[in-house]
Amino acid sequence: MPESAAAHPRAALLDVEGVAASYGPFLALSDVTLSLHAGEIVALLGSNGAGKSTLIRCISGLLRPRAGDIRWDGASLVGVPAHAIVERGIALVPEGRRLFPSMTVEEHLDLGAFAPRARAERARSLDEVHAIFPVLHERRKELVSSLSGGQQQMVAIGRALMAAPRLLILDEPSLGLAPRVVESILGVLGDINRRGVSILLVEQNVHAALGLAHRAYILESGRVAGEGTGRALLDDPHVRRAYLGPLAARS
Amino acid sequence: MIALLPQQLVLGLLIGGLYGLAAAGLSLVFGVLKVLNVAHGELIMLGGYGAFWLFALAGVDPFASLVLVIPATLALGAVLYWALFGWVVRYHEETRIKNSLLIGFGLALALHALAVRLWTADERSITTAYAGSVIEIAGLTVPLVRLASLVVAFALIGALHLLLTRWRWGRAIRAAADDWEAALLTGIDVRRAYVLAFALGTSLAGAAGVLVSVGYSISPSIGLEWTLKALIVIVLAGLGSTFGTFAGGLVLGVAEAVSATVFGGPYREVVGLVIFFVVLVARPQGLFAR
Repeated sequence: MPESAAAHPRAALLDVEGVAASYGPFLALSDVTLSLHAGEIVALLGSNGAGKSTLIRCISGLLRPRAGDIRWDGASLVGVPAHAIVERGIALVPEGRRLFPSMTVEEHLDLGAFAPRARAERARSLDEVHAIFPVLHERRKELVSSLSGGQQQMVAIGRALMAAPRLLILDEPSLGLAPRVVESILGVLGDINRRGVSILLVEQNVHAALGLAHRAYILESGRVAGEGTGRALLDDPHVRRAYLGPLAARS
Repeated sequence: MIALLPQQLVLGLLIGGLYGLAAAGLSLVFGVLKVLNVAHGELIMLGGYGAFWLFALAGVDPFASLVLVIPATLALGAVLYWALFGWVVRYHEETRIKNSLLIGFGLALALHALAVRLWTADERSITTAYAGSVIEIAGLTVPLVRLASLVVAFALIGALHLLLTRWRWGRAIRAAADDWEAALLTGIDVRRAYVLAFALGTSLAGAAGVLVSVGYSISPSIGLEWTLKALIVIVLAGLGSTFGTFAGGLVLGVAEAVSATVFGGPYREVVGLVIFFVVLVARPQGLFAR
Protein backbone atom coordinates (compact mmCIF):
# COMPACT_ATOMS: atom_id res chain seq x y z
CA MET A 1 0.00 0.00 0.00
CA PRO A 2 1.47 3.34 -1.04
CA GLU A 3 2.11 6.13 1.41
CA SER A 4 -0.63 8.63 2.11
CA ALA A 5 -1.84 11.87 0.65
CA ALA A 6 -0.65 13.57 -2.49
CA ALA A 7 1.36 16.81 -2.49
CA HIS A 8 -1.84 18.69 -3.33
CA PRO A 9 -4.37 17.45 -0.80
CA ARG A 10 -7.25 19.23 -2.55
CA ALA A 11 -6.67 17.69 -5.97
CA ALA A 12 -9.36 15.06 -6.38
CA LEU A 13 -8.13 11.49 -6.77
CA LEU A 14 -11.43 10.26 -8.17
CA ASP A 15 -13.87 12.42 -10.10
CA VAL A 16 -17.26 11.13 -11.13
CA GLU A 17 -18.81 13.62 -13.55
CA GLY A 18 -22.42 13.40 -14.69
CA VAL A 19 -22.45 9.62 -14.88
CA ALA A 20 -25.57 7.88 -16.16
CA ALA A 21 -25.85 4.11 -16.37
CA SER A 22 -28.53 1.56 -17.10
CA TYR A 23 -29.22 -2.15 -17.06
CA GLY A 24 -31.06 -2.71 -20.33
CA PRO A 25 -33.92 -0.22 -20.44
CA PHE A 26 -33.81 0.46 -16.70
CA LEU A 27 -31.97 3.69 -15.89
CA ALA A 28 -30.14 3.05 -12.61
CA LEU A 29 -28.06 6.25 -12.48
CA SER A 30 -29.22 9.44 -14.12
CA ASP A 31 -26.63 12.14 -13.37
CA VAL A 32 -24.15 11.49 -10.60
CA THR A 33 -21.29 13.86 -9.83
CA LEU A 34 -19.03 13.30 -6.87
CA SER A 35 -15.37 13.31 -5.97
CA LEU A 36 -12.94 11.76 -3.55
CA HIS A 37 -9.63 13.25 -2.43
CA ALA A 38 -6.47 11.35 -1.58
CA GLY A 39 -6.57 10.13 2.00
CA GLU A 40 -10.31 10.54 2.44
CA ILE A 41 -12.95 8.15 3.68
CA VAL A 42 -16.13 8.89 1.76
CA ALA A 43 -19.40 7.14 2.55
CA LEU A 44 -22.05 6.50 -0.06
CA LEU A 45 -25.50 6.27 1.48
CA GLY A 46 -28.96 5.64 0.14
CA SER A 47 -31.80 3.17 0.21
CA ASN A 48 -31.95 -0.05 -1.78
CA GLY A 49 -32.15 0.66 -5.48
CA ALA A 50 -30.77 4.19 -5.13
CA GLY A 51 -27.90 3.25 -7.45
CA LYS A 52 -25.00 2.78 -5.03
CA SER A 53 -23.95 -0.61 -6.37
CA THR A 54 -24.43 0.56 -9.96
CA LEU A 55 -22.10 3.49 -9.36
CA ILE A 56 -19.50 1.17 -7.87
CA ARG A 57 -19.81 -1.19 -10.83
CA CYS A 58 -19.14 1.76 -13.13
CA ILE A 59 -16.07 2.89 -11.19
CA SER A 60 -14.59 -0.61 -11.09
CA GLY A 61 -15.18 -1.22 -14.79
CA LEU A 62 -17.85 -3.93 -14.56
CA LEU A 63 -20.45 -1.66 -16.15
CA ARG A 64 -19.85 0.96 -18.81
CA PRO A 65 -21.58 4.31 -18.12
CA ARG A 66 -24.01 5.53 -20.80
CA ALA A 67 -22.94 9.12 -20.27
CA GLY A 68 -20.48 11.13 -18.21
CA ASP A 69 -16.91 10.48 -17.25
CA ILE A 70 -15.02 8.86 -14.41
CA ARG A 71 -11.55 10.29 -13.93
CA TRP A 72 -8.89 8.66 -11.79
CA ASP A 73 -5.73 10.58 -11.11
CA GLY A 74 -6.55 12.75 -14.14
CA ALA A 75 -7.17 9.94 -16.66
CA SER A 76 -10.54 8.60 -17.76
CA LEU A 77 -11.51 5.11 -16.61
CA VAL A 78 -14.40 4.73 -19.05
CA GLY A 79 -13.74 1.76 -21.31
CA VAL A 80 -10.78 0.52 -19.26
CA PRO A 81 -11.25 -3.20 -18.50
CA ALA A 82 -11.96 -4.08 -14.86
CA HIS A 83 -8.71 -6.00 -14.34
CA ALA A 84 -6.71 -3.01 -15.63
CA ILE A 85 -8.52 -0.69 -13.21
CA VAL A 86 -7.27 -2.88 -10.35
CA GLU A 87 -3.75 -2.46 -11.76
CA ARG A 88 -4.23 1.32 -11.68
CA GLY A 89 -4.91 1.21 -7.97
CA ILE A 90 -8.64 0.79 -7.33
CA ALA A 91 -9.68 -2.39 -5.51
CA LEU A 92 -13.27 -3.38 -4.79
CA VAL A 93 -14.48 -5.60 -1.97
CA PRO A 94 -17.73 -6.77 -3.58
CA GLU A 95 -21.03 -7.21 -1.82
CA GLY A 96 -21.39 -10.74 -0.46
CA ARG A 97 -17.56 -11.12 -0.38
CA ARG A 98 -17.41 -13.27 -3.54
CA LEU A 99 -14.61 -15.56 -2.37
CA PHE A 100 -13.35 -18.55 -4.38
CA PRO A 101 -14.81 -21.67 -2.72
CA SER A 102 -12.10 -24.03 -3.97
CA MET A 103 -9.25 -21.97 -2.51
CA THR A 104 -7.44 -21.48 0.75
CA VAL A 105 -6.94 -18.18 2.57
CA GLU A 106 -3.34 -18.13 1.36
CA GLU A 107 -4.37 -18.63 -2.27
CA HIS A 108 -6.84 -15.74 -2.03
CA LEU A 109 -4.16 -13.38 -0.76
CA ASP A 110 -1.73 -14.62 -3.38
CA LEU A 111 -4.26 -14.04 -6.18
CA GLY A 112 -5.00 -10.60 -4.75
CA ALA A 113 -1.50 -9.56 -5.78
CA PHE A 114 -2.00 -10.86 -9.34
CA ALA A 115 -1.43 -7.65 -11.30
CA PRO A 116 2.25 -6.82 -12.05
CA ARG A 117 2.49 -3.73 -9.84
CA ALA A 118 0.90 -5.55 -6.91
CA ARG A 119 3.15 -8.58 -7.43
CA ALA A 120 6.23 -6.40 -7.02
CA GLU A 121 4.95 -5.36 -3.57
CA ARG A 122 3.57 -8.77 -2.66
CA ALA A 123 5.75 -9.53 0.37
CA ARG A 124 5.21 -6.11 1.94
CA SER A 125 1.45 -6.19 1.31
CA LEU A 126 1.22 -9.67 2.83
CA ASP A 127 2.98 -8.49 6.00
CA GLU A 128 0.56 -5.57 6.26
CA VAL A 129 -2.51 -7.74 5.73
CA HIS A 130 -1.28 -10.20 8.35
CA ALA A 131 -0.62 -7.28 10.71
CA ILE A 132 -4.16 -6.00 10.19
CA PHE A 133 -5.81 -9.45 10.32
CA PRO A 134 -3.56 -11.84 12.30
CA VAL A 135 -6.21 -14.55 12.05
CA LEU A 136 -5.63 -14.78 8.29
CA HIS A 137 -2.06 -15.85 8.99
CA GLU A 138 -3.16 -18.43 11.56
CA ARG A 139 -5.70 -19.96 9.18
CA ARG A 140 -3.80 -19.47 5.92
CA LYS A 141 -3.94 -23.16 4.91
CA GLU A 142 -7.71 -23.48 5.36
CA LEU A 143 -10.39 -23.34 2.71
CA VAL A 144 -12.40 -20.16 3.09
CA SER A 145 -15.62 -22.17 3.50
CA SER A 146 -14.42 -23.24 6.96
CA LEU A 147 -14.18 -19.61 8.16
CA SER A 148 -16.82 -17.56 9.97
CA GLY A 149 -18.62 -14.76 8.13
CA GLY A 150 -16.46 -12.09 9.75
CA GLN A 151 -13.27 -13.95 8.88
CA GLN A 152 -14.48 -14.39 5.30
CA GLN A 153 -14.99 -10.63 5.13
CA MET A 154 -11.42 -10.22 6.36
CA VAL A 155 -10.24 -12.48 3.51
CA ALA A 156 -12.21 -10.36 1.04
CA ILE A 157 -10.67 -7.13 2.39
CA GLY A 158 -7.24 -8.75 2.59
CA ARG A 159 -7.49 -9.94 -1.02
CA ALA A 160 -8.32 -6.39 -2.12
CA LEU A 161 -5.46 -4.91 -0.05
CA MET A 162 -3.02 -7.32 -1.70
CA ALA A 163 -3.64 -5.41 -4.93
CA ALA A 164 -1.78 -2.50 -3.22
CA PRO A 165 -4.66 -0.12 -3.93
CA ARG A 166 -4.69 3.65 -3.45
CA LEU A 167 -8.48 3.48 -3.25
CA LEU A 168 -10.37 0.71 -1.50
CA ILE A 169 -14.07 0.47 -2.33
CA LEU A 170 -16.27 -1.60 -0.03
CA ASP A 171 -19.83 -2.57 -0.95
CA GLU A 172 -21.84 -3.35 2.18
CA PRO A 173 -19.00 -4.93 4.17
CA SER A 174 -21.17 -5.40 7.27
CA LEU A 175 -24.02 -7.22 5.50
CA GLY A 176 -25.06 -10.32 7.41
CA LEU A 177 -22.48 -9.96 10.18
CA ALA A 178 -23.07 -9.80 13.95
CA PRO A 179 -22.94 -6.26 15.41
CA ARG A 180 -19.69 -6.88 17.30
CA VAL A 181 -18.01 -8.18 14.17
CA VAL A 182 -19.29 -5.18 12.20
CA GLU A 183 -17.71 -2.85 14.75
CA SER A 184 -14.31 -4.51 14.45
CA ILE A 185 -14.44 -4.62 10.63
CA LEU A 186 -15.38 -0.95 10.41
CA GLY A 187 -12.73 -0.12 13.01
CA VAL A 188 -10.13 -1.78 10.81
CA LEU A 189 -11.11 0.51 7.93
CA GLY A 190 -9.87 3.44 10.01
CA ASP A 191 -6.50 1.68 10.44
CA ILE A 192 -6.29 0.96 6.71
CA ASN A 193 -7.04 4.60 5.95
CA ARG A 194 -4.29 5.74 8.33
CA ARG A 195 -1.89 3.57 6.32
CA GLY A 196 -2.59 5.85 3.36
CA VAL A 197 -5.43 4.12 1.51
CA SER A 198 -8.44 6.22 0.54
CA ILE A 199 -11.79 4.54 1.11
CA LEU A 200 -15.18 4.68 -0.60
CA LEU A 201 -17.66 2.94 1.65
CA VAL A 202 -21.18 1.82 0.79
CA GLU A 203 -22.84 0.89 4.03
CA GLN A 204 -26.36 0.17 5.30
CA ASN A 205 -25.29 0.93 8.82
CA VAL A 206 -25.62 4.71 8.33
CA HIS A 207 -24.69 5.68 11.86
CA ALA A 208 -21.44 3.74 11.83
CA ALA A 209 -20.60 4.86 8.29
CA LEU A 210 -21.10 8.55 9.10
CA GLY A 211 -19.08 8.19 12.29
CA LEU A 212 -16.17 6.83 10.27
CA ALA A 213 -16.34 8.89 7.08
CA HIS A 214 -14.86 12.33 6.52
CA ARG A 215 -17.58 13.10 4.00
CA ALA A 216 -20.65 11.39 2.66
CA TYR A 217 -22.93 11.52 -0.36
CA ILE A 218 -26.56 10.55 -0.30
CA LEU A 219 -27.89 8.86 -3.42
CA GLU A 220 -31.61 8.90 -4.19
CA SER A 221 -33.22 7.44 -7.33
CA GLY A 222 -29.98 7.50 -9.28
CA ARG A 223 -28.81 11.01 -8.41
CA VAL A 224 -26.94 12.76 -5.60
CA ALA A 225 -29.49 14.14 -3.13
CA GLY A 226 -27.15 15.41 -0.45
CA GLU A 227 -23.55 15.82 0.52
CA GLY A 228 -21.65 16.86 3.62
CA THR A 229 -19.20 15.94 6.31
CA GLY A 230 -20.08 12.86 8.30
CA ARG A 231 -20.92 14.79 11.47
CA ALA A 232 -23.02 17.39 9.70
CA LEU A 233 -25.13 14.76 7.96
CA LEU A 234 -25.47 12.84 11.18
CA ASP A 235 -26.93 15.97 12.84
CA ASP A 236 -29.11 16.94 9.88
CA PRO A 237 -32.73 16.30 10.90
CA HIS A 238 -33.68 15.61 7.27
CA VAL A 239 -31.09 12.85 7.01
CA ARG A 240 -31.96 11.51 10.43
CA ARG A 241 -35.60 11.16 9.48
CA ALA A 242 -34.86 9.64 6.05
CA TYR A 243 -32.12 7.18 7.00
CA LEU A 244 -32.21 6.67 10.74
CA GLY A 245 -35.99 6.54 11.15
CA PRO A 246 -38.54 8.92 12.70
CA LEU A 247 -37.48 8.15 16.28
CA ALA A 248 -33.95 9.31 15.59
CA ALA A 249 -35.30 12.47 13.99
CA ARG A 250 -37.07 13.44 17.19
CA SER A 251 -34.31 12.59 19.64
CA MET B 1 -16.71 -66.35 -18.85
CA ILE B 2 -16.02 -65.22 -15.29
CA ALA B 3 -12.52 -66.69 -15.65
CA LEU B 4 -11.87 -63.96 -18.22
CA LEU B 5 -12.86 -61.22 -15.79
CA PRO B 6 -9.43 -60.40 -14.27
CA GLN B 7 -7.91 -60.05 -17.73
CA GLN B 8 -10.83 -57.87 -18.85
CA LEU B 9 -10.47 -55.73 -15.73
CA VAL B 10 -6.85 -55.01 -16.64
CA LEU B 11 -7.84 -53.98 -20.15
CA GLY B 12 -10.66 -51.87 -18.70
CA LEU B 13 -8.24 -50.01 -16.43
CA LEU B 14 -5.91 -49.37 -19.36
CA ILE B 15 -8.60 -47.82 -21.57
CA GLY B 16 -10.07 -46.08 -18.50
CA GLY B 17 -6.94 -43.99 -18.15
CA LEU B 18 -7.57 -42.60 -21.62
CA TYR B 19 -11.21 -41.92 -20.75
CA GLY B 20 -9.93 -39.95 -17.78
CA LEU B 21 -7.50 -37.96 -19.89
CA ALA B 22 -10.16 -37.28 -22.53
CA ALA B 23 -12.57 -36.09 -19.84
CA ALA B 24 -10.01 -33.89 -18.07
CA GLY B 25 -9.75 -31.57 -21.06
CA LEU B 26 -13.50 -31.33 -21.58
CA SER B 27 -14.05 -30.85 -17.84
CA LEU B 28 -11.51 -28.02 -17.68
CA VAL B 29 -13.16 -26.14 -20.54
CA PHE B 30 -16.67 -26.71 -19.20
CA GLY B 31 -15.75 -25.86 -15.62
CA VAL B 32 -13.95 -22.65 -16.48
CA LEU B 33 -15.76 -21.22 -19.52
CA LYS B 34 -19.17 -22.81 -18.84
CA VAL B 35 -18.98 -23.82 -22.49
CA LEU B 36 -19.67 -27.39 -23.62
CA ASN B 37 -17.41 -28.24 -26.52
CA VAL B 38 -19.10 -31.24 -28.15
CA ALA B 39 -16.30 -31.28 -30.74
CA HIS B 40 -13.88 -32.42 -28.00
CA GLY B 41 -13.90 -35.97 -29.45
CA GLU B 42 -13.00 -34.59 -32.89
CA LEU B 43 -10.04 -32.79 -31.31
CA ILE B 44 -8.97 -36.17 -29.89
CA MET B 45 -9.34 -37.60 -33.40
CA LEU B 46 -7.15 -34.82 -34.82
CA GLY B 47 -4.46 -35.48 -32.21
CA GLY B 48 -4.50 -39.13 -33.22
CA TYR B 49 -4.07 -38.29 -36.89
CA GLY B 50 -1.28 -35.88 -35.97
CA ALA B 51 0.66 -38.74 -34.41
CA PHE B 52 -0.31 -41.02 -37.31
CA TRP B 53 1.09 -38.57 -39.85
CA LEU B 54 4.26 -37.96 -37.90
CA PHE B 55 4.78 -41.71 -37.68
CA ALA B 56 3.87 -42.57 -41.28
CA LEU B 57 5.60 -39.65 -42.98
CA ALA B 58 8.55 -38.92 -40.72
CA GLY B 59 8.95 -42.08 -38.68
CA VAL B 60 8.47 -40.25 -35.38
CA ASP B 61 7.75 -42.56 -32.44
CA PRO B 62 4.15 -41.93 -31.28
CA PHE B 63 5.13 -41.28 -27.67
CA ALA B 64 7.82 -38.86 -28.82
CA SER B 65 5.27 -37.15 -31.08
CA LEU B 66 3.53 -35.88 -27.93
CA VAL B 67 6.28 -33.28 -27.77
CA LEU B 68 5.03 -31.89 -31.08
CA VAL B 69 1.30 -32.64 -30.83
CA ILE B 70 0.84 -30.96 -27.43
CA PRO B 71 2.19 -27.53 -28.49
CA ALA B 72 0.42 -27.79 -31.86
CA THR B 73 -2.94 -28.47 -30.21
CA LEU B 74 -2.30 -25.71 -27.65
CA ALA B 75 -2.01 -23.33 -30.58
CA LEU B 76 -5.04 -24.89 -32.29
CA GLY B 77 -7.04 -24.36 -29.10
CA ALA B 78 -6.09 -20.68 -28.97
CA VAL B 79 -7.13 -20.26 -32.61
CA LEU B 80 -10.45 -22.06 -32.04
CA TYR B 81 -11.11 -19.84 -29.04
CA TRP B 82 -10.48 -16.62 -30.94
CA ALA B 83 -12.36 -17.76 -34.05
CA LEU B 84 -15.33 -19.52 -32.45
CA PHE B 85 -15.77 -20.01 -28.71
CA GLY B 86 -14.59 -16.57 -27.62
CA TRP B 87 -17.80 -15.15 -29.05
CA VAL B 88 -19.98 -17.37 -26.90
CA VAL B 89 -18.20 -16.34 -23.72
CA ARG B 90 -19.54 -12.80 -24.10
CA TYR B 91 -23.02 -14.08 -23.32
CA HIS B 92 -24.51 -14.62 -19.90
CA GLU B 93 -23.38 -17.88 -18.32
CA GLU B 94 -26.77 -19.58 -18.72
CA THR B 95 -26.95 -18.96 -22.46
CA ARG B 96 -23.36 -20.00 -23.11
CA ILE B 97 -24.06 -23.74 -23.09
CA LYS B 98 -26.72 -23.80 -25.79
CA ASN B 99 -24.77 -21.43 -28.02
CA SER B 100 -21.61 -23.47 -27.56
CA LEU B 101 -23.53 -26.64 -28.48
CA LEU B 102 -24.36 -25.16 -31.88
CA ILE B 103 -20.78 -24.11 -32.49
CA GLY B 104 -19.45 -27.44 -31.22
CA PHE B 105 -21.70 -29.52 -33.48
CA GLY B 106 -20.75 -27.38 -36.46
CA LEU B 107 -17.08 -27.70 -35.65
CA ALA B 108 -17.43 -31.47 -35.18
CA LEU B 109 -19.03 -31.86 -38.62
CA ALA B 110 -16.37 -29.71 -40.25
CA LEU B 111 -13.48 -31.56 -38.60
CA HIS B 112 -15.03 -34.93 -39.48
CA ALA B 113 -15.34 -33.91 -43.16
CA LEU B 114 -11.79 -32.54 -43.11
CA ALA B 115 -10.43 -35.80 -41.67
CA VAL B 116 -12.22 -37.87 -44.33
CA ARG B 117 -10.66 -35.62 -46.99
CA LEU B 118 -7.17 -35.85 -45.56
CA TRP B 119 -7.01 -39.43 -44.33
CA THR B 120 -10.06 -41.22 -45.88
CA ALA B 121 -12.69 -42.94 -43.73
CA ASP B 122 -10.50 -46.01 -43.11
CA GLU B 123 -9.51 -47.05 -39.61
CA ARG B 124 -5.87 -46.39 -38.85
CA SER B 125 -3.56 -47.28 -36.05
CA ILE B 126 0.12 -46.86 -35.42
CA THR B 127 2.05 -50.11 -35.55
CA THR B 128 5.45 -49.61 -34.01
CA ALA B 129 8.17 -52.25 -33.75
CA TYR B 130 7.18 -52.83 -30.13
CA ALA B 131 3.42 -52.79 -30.81
CA GLY B 132 2.88 -56.48 -30.02
CA SER B 133 4.97 -56.57 -26.83
CA VAL B 134 3.22 -57.74 -23.72
CA ILE B 135 4.27 -58.30 -20.16
CA GLU B 136 2.89 -61.13 -18.04
CA ILE B 137 1.95 -60.28 -14.48
CA ALA B 138 0.44 -63.01 -12.31
CA GLY B 139 -0.95 -64.83 -15.31
CA LEU B 140 -2.43 -61.65 -16.78
CA THR B 141 -1.35 -60.30 -20.14
CA VAL B 142 -0.66 -56.56 -20.18
CA PRO B 143 -0.03 -54.95 -23.59
CA LEU B 144 3.08 -52.83 -23.16
CA VAL B 145 1.91 -49.97 -25.36
CA ARG B 146 -1.37 -49.60 -23.48
CA LEU B 147 0.40 -49.74 -20.13
CA ALA B 148 2.76 -47.01 -21.27
CA SER B 149 -0.26 -44.99 -22.44
CA LEU B 150 -1.85 -45.28 -19.01
CA VAL B 151 1.37 -44.09 -17.36
CA VAL B 152 1.65 -41.15 -19.76
CA ALA B 153 -2.02 -40.27 -19.22
CA PHE B 154 -1.50 -40.25 -15.47
CA ALA B 155 1.63 -38.11 -15.82
CA LEU B 156 -0.27 -35.59 -17.93
CA ILE B 157 -3.05 -35.45 -15.33
CA GLY B 158 -0.41 -34.84 -12.66
CA ALA B 159 1.10 -32.07 -14.77
CA LEU B 160 -2.33 -30.48 -15.20
CA HIS B 161 -2.87 -30.61 -11.45
CA LEU B 162 0.47 -28.89 -10.84
CA LEU B 163 -0.32 -26.23 -13.44
CA LEU B 164 -3.67 -25.45 -11.86
CA THR B 165 -2.35 -25.30 -8.30
CA ARG B 166 1.19 -23.92 -8.60
CA TRP B 167 1.26 -21.78 -11.73
CA ARG B 168 0.09 -18.17 -11.32
CA TRP B 169 -2.18 -18.38 -14.35
CA GLY B 170 -3.35 -21.83 -13.28
CA ARG B 171 -4.71 -20.32 -10.09
CA ALA B 172 -6.20 -17.52 -12.17
CA ILE B 173 -7.99 -20.16 -14.29
CA ARG B 174 -9.44 -21.73 -11.14
CA ALA B 175 -10.50 -18.33 -9.83
CA ALA B 176 -12.26 -17.59 -13.13
CA ALA B 177 -14.01 -20.98 -12.86
CA ASP B 178 -15.21 -20.20 -9.32
CA ASP B 179 -16.43 -16.63 -9.96
CA TRP B 180 -15.31 -14.78 -13.09
CA GLU B 181 -16.47 -11.39 -11.87
CA ALA B 182 -14.60 -11.71 -8.58
CA ALA B 183 -11.57 -12.84 -10.61
CA LEU B 184 -11.78 -9.66 -12.71
CA LEU B 185 -11.97 -7.58 -9.53
CA THR B 186 -8.86 -9.36 -8.29
CA GLY B 187 -6.98 -7.98 -11.29
CA ILE B 188 -7.10 -11.14 -13.42
CA ASP B 189 -7.55 -10.73 -17.17
CA VAL B 190 -10.37 -13.28 -17.35
CA ARG B 191 -10.39 -13.37 -21.17
CA ARG B 192 -6.79 -14.50 -21.07
CA ALA B 193 -7.55 -17.12 -18.44
CA TYR B 194 -10.30 -18.41 -20.76
CA VAL B 195 -7.96 -18.64 -23.75
CA LEU B 196 -5.41 -20.52 -21.65
CA ALA B 197 -8.03 -22.93 -20.27
CA PHE B 198 -9.43 -23.65 -23.74
CA ALA B 199 -5.95 -24.16 -25.18
CA LEU B 200 -5.02 -26.49 -22.31
CA GLY B 201 -8.25 -28.46 -22.80
CA THR B 202 -7.55 -28.79 -26.51
CA SER B 203 -3.99 -29.98 -25.93
CA LEU B 204 -5.23 -32.59 -23.44
CA ALA B 205 -7.57 -33.82 -26.19
CA GLY B 206 -4.64 -33.88 -28.62
CA ALA B 207 -2.50 -35.89 -26.20
CA ALA B 208 -5.36 -38.31 -25.56
CA GLY B 209 -5.71 -38.75 -29.33
CA VAL B 210 -2.04 -39.68 -29.67
CA LEU B 211 -2.44 -42.37 -27.01
CA VAL B 212 -5.63 -43.66 -28.67
CA SER B 213 -3.90 -43.97 -32.03
CA VAL B 214 -1.05 -46.00 -30.59
CA GLY B 215 -2.89 -48.48 -28.38
CA TYR B 216 -6.22 -48.61 -30.21
CA SER B 217 -7.38 -47.26 -33.57
CA ILE B 218 -8.67 -44.01 -35.01
CA SER B 219 -11.01 -43.07 -37.83
CA PRO B 220 -12.71 -39.79 -38.72
CA SER B 221 -15.91 -40.94 -36.98
CA ILE B 222 -14.56 -41.72 -33.48
CA GLY B 223 -15.24 -38.17 -32.26
CA LEU B 224 -18.80 -38.53 -30.98
CA GLU B 225 -17.97 -41.74 -29.14
CA TRP B 226 -15.10 -40.06 -27.26
CA THR B 227 -17.14 -36.95 -26.50
CA LEU B 228 -19.79 -39.22 -24.98
CA LYS B 229 -17.24 -41.14 -22.89
CA ALA B 230 -15.81 -37.86 -21.65
CA LEU B 231 -19.27 -36.54 -20.76
CA ILE B 232 -20.12 -39.72 -18.85
CA VAL B 233 -16.86 -39.44 -16.91
CA ILE B 234 -17.59 -35.79 -16.06
CA VAL B 235 -21.03 -36.66 -14.76
CA LEU B 236 -19.52 -39.56 -12.84
CA ALA B 237 -16.65 -37.59 -11.31
CA GLY B 238 -18.09 -34.09 -11.03
CA LEU B 239 -16.27 -30.87 -11.84
CA GLY B 240 -13.31 -29.31 -10.13
CA SER B 241 -11.08 -32.25 -9.22
CA THR B 242 -8.39 -33.24 -11.71
CA PHE B 243 -7.52 -36.57 -10.10
CA GLY B 244 -11.22 -37.23 -9.48
CA THR B 245 -11.80 -36.99 -13.22
CA PHE B 246 -9.00 -39.46 -13.88
CA ALA B 247 -10.46 -41.85 -11.29
CA GLY B 248 -13.85 -41.46 -12.98
CA GLY B 249 -12.27 -42.57 -16.24
CA LEU B 250 -10.82 -45.67 -14.59
CA VAL B 251 -14.23 -46.48 -13.07
CA LEU B 252 -15.91 -46.22 -16.46
CA GLY B 253 -13.26 -48.41 -18.10
CA VAL B 254 -13.64 -51.09 -15.44
CA ALA B 255 -17.45 -50.92 -15.50
CA GLU B 256 -17.45 -51.40 -19.26
CA ALA B 257 -15.12 -54.37 -19.00
CA VAL B 258 -17.26 -56.00 -16.32
CA SER B 259 -20.53 -55.57 -18.18
CA ALA B 260 -19.00 -56.75 -21.47
CA THR B 261 -17.66 -59.87 -19.76
CA VAL B 262 -20.73 -60.67 -17.70
CA PHE B 263 -23.55 -59.64 -20.06
CA GLY B 264 -21.78 -59.85 -23.42
CA GLY B 265 -19.97 -57.47 -25.72
CA PRO B 266 -22.89 -55.27 -26.82
CA TYR B 267 -23.46 -54.22 -23.20
CA ARG B 268 -20.09 -52.45 -23.08
CA GLU B 269 -21.66 -49.28 -24.47
CA VAL B 270 -24.81 -49.53 -22.35
CA VAL B 271 -23.17 -49.45 -18.96
CA GLY B 272 -21.84 -45.93 -19.43
CA LEU B 273 -25.31 -44.61 -20.12
CA VAL B 274 -26.69 -46.49 -17.10
CA ILE B 275 -23.99 -44.92 -14.93
CA PHE B 276 -24.82 -41.53 -16.45
CA PHE B 277 -28.46 -41.94 -15.47
CA VAL B 278 -27.90 -43.39 -12.01
CA VAL B 279 -25.36 -40.73 -11.00
CA LEU B 280 -27.55 -37.91 -12.28
CA VAL B 281 -30.45 -39.19 -10.17
CA ALA B 282 -28.55 -40.23 -7.06
CA ARG B 283 -25.59 -37.85 -6.83
CA PRO B 284 -25.83 -35.08 -9.41
CA GLN B 285 -22.73 -33.28 -8.15
CA GLY B 286 -20.64 -36.33 -9.14
CA LEU B 287 -18.81 -38.94 -7.08
CA PHE B 288 -15.60 -37.01 -6.53
CA ALA B 289 -16.80 -33.40 -6.56
CA ARG B 290 -15.76 -31.28 -3.60
